[in-house]
Amino acid sequence: MDMFGVGVTLLFGILNGFGYAMLLFLLSSGLTVVFGMLGVLNIAHASFYMLGAYFAYSVVQSTGSFWWGLLAAPVAVGVLGVLTERTLLRRAHRLGHGHELLLTFGLAYIILELVKWIWGTGSHPVSAPAVLDGSIRLVGGAYPAYRLFVCVFGLGVLVGLALLLFKTRLGMIVRAAVSDIDMVNALGFNVRGLFVGVFGIGAFLAGLAGVIAAPLLSVYPGMGPDMLVDTFIVVVVGGLGSLKGALIASFLLGGLQSFGVVIVPRLAMIFSFLLMTVVLIWRPMGLFGERA
Amino acid sequence: MTLEVQDLVTYYGKTQILHNVSLAADAGQVTCLLGRNGFGKSTTLKSIMGLVSTQAGGIRLKGRDVRGLPPYLIARAGIGYVPQDRRIFPTLTVRENLMMGMKPGSRPSEGRWSIEDVLAYFPPLERRLTSKGRVLSGGEQQMLSVARALMGSPEVLLLDEPTEGLAPRIVEALEGVIREITGHGVAVLFVESKLSVALRLARRVYVIWKGQIVYEGSPGDLERDRNIRQQYLEV
Repeated sequence: MDMFGVGVTLLFGILNGFGYAMLLFLLSSGLTVVFGMLGVLNIAHASFYMLGAYFAYSVVQSTGSFWWGLLAAPVAVGVLGVLTERTLLRRAHRLGHGHELLLTFGLAYIILELVKWIWGTGSHPVSAPAVLDGSIRLVGGAYPAYRLFVCVFGLGVLVGLALLLFKTRLGMIVRAAVSDIDMVNALGFNVRGLFVGVFGIGAFLAGLAGVIAAPLLSVYPGMGPDMLVDTFIVVVVGGLGSLKGALIASFLLGGLQSFGVVIVPRLAMIFSFLLMTVVLIWRPMGLFGERA
Repeated sequence: MTLEVQDLVTYYGKTQILHNVSLAADAGQVTCLLGRNGFGKSTTLKSIMGLVSTQAGGIRLKGRDVRGLPPYLIARAGIGYVPQDRRIFPTLTVRENLMMGMKPGSRPSEGRWSIEDVLAYFPPLERRLTSKGRVLSGGEQQMLSVARALMGSPEVLLLDEPTEGLAPRIVEALEGVIREITGHGVAVLFVESKLSVALRLARRVYVIWKGQIVYEGSPGDLERDRNIRQQYLEV
């Protein structure tokens, strides 16, 4: 390979890593904010991601349009998230963290079995929309248009989320609640009401990640658990409850996965764990964590 | 009376912490709840604020019973709270921390104190407006915690050992601000373990011991009552 070829490979590797980082961030942002407010990691968070993908698959099947899936599936998952909080999590909250954790654990299993029951155990392909189905010429190489779309779309959501969290009063209240929800309550804010909204948005974003991932990875029952591990690693490496940490860890893991596969394919699986181990030895609370 | 607490009973699990605590705080006055550490001072304030659940008794704010309400409704009813550990939001800037003190839906100009007003009380905070809460010194955090509570225009201000661990110069400044606040008609209820602070500020003192109010009177009377002091306050 000449220097130019190396450059193109490098660029495509960066883009692949960036795309995966966007998926990870869509998932981990909701998870880490919910953790900050609730104090419990929601094991069922990746199940919302999986449901987003399956809903999108069904919508695409019946309407023939990926865009309808992109529009409808995340909203449906968000509504499901709100219902989950209202009917289940809220009741468990009074009983303490152990019960909440068990509840989300059980929920993940129930969703997994329901998915197998409704859609079967096989994997289903979801095709990218026709306009994004081909490749785009980039500096002399051909890069899949859909992957580029994932990068751009993810970046758009990221910017929107950042504006919401850092430029609005509501975002400020959420950030305060992530570090000390009781104090926010004592200052006159209805934090349970706030939490439902945050949980719903978190589920929405997870569902969105599922839809985006569907054409890349196809839709199968193991996709939730597969993604759960990497999402947890991102949240832990970034520091539980830290959005900035989740963002940076998403990029770290995205890059590591993308280049790890190229450089040492056989060790790709353990790179995530290696990253987590190294970071936790160096900083036990994660990169930007406030608590262990 | 602005705030009246009557026969308040609080349990932590199966352990009774407060045994029929009754006290009152009036507008424009400083009321002090004195007692050694671990005898129910902080729990009394948390119970008033609704942060721990109470089992019996009454908490009346200007005649309206607020016991059993969630903390956010108690705050909206007009009680401001400055906790012992200050509870500054570490990831928010000083300005954002102050804005968190404003009640939902209110505008900066609507409260009794604007950001400029509270900064005039605590000039050191002015230089720190864009700093994150986590980098503040202990004294700055305490000022910010009081300032944040003032942003909510409270009728009653609950202060949990506000002078603990602060340099004498800052304690003095804080005491000046507390006097200033009461001048605006706020009822200040603060808990304290040191008699000296209570003597300088309070119009009325209560002494709590093992979750019970064992003395009520003026600071001067308490100072003269060696028995009470030795039995319940001095270590």
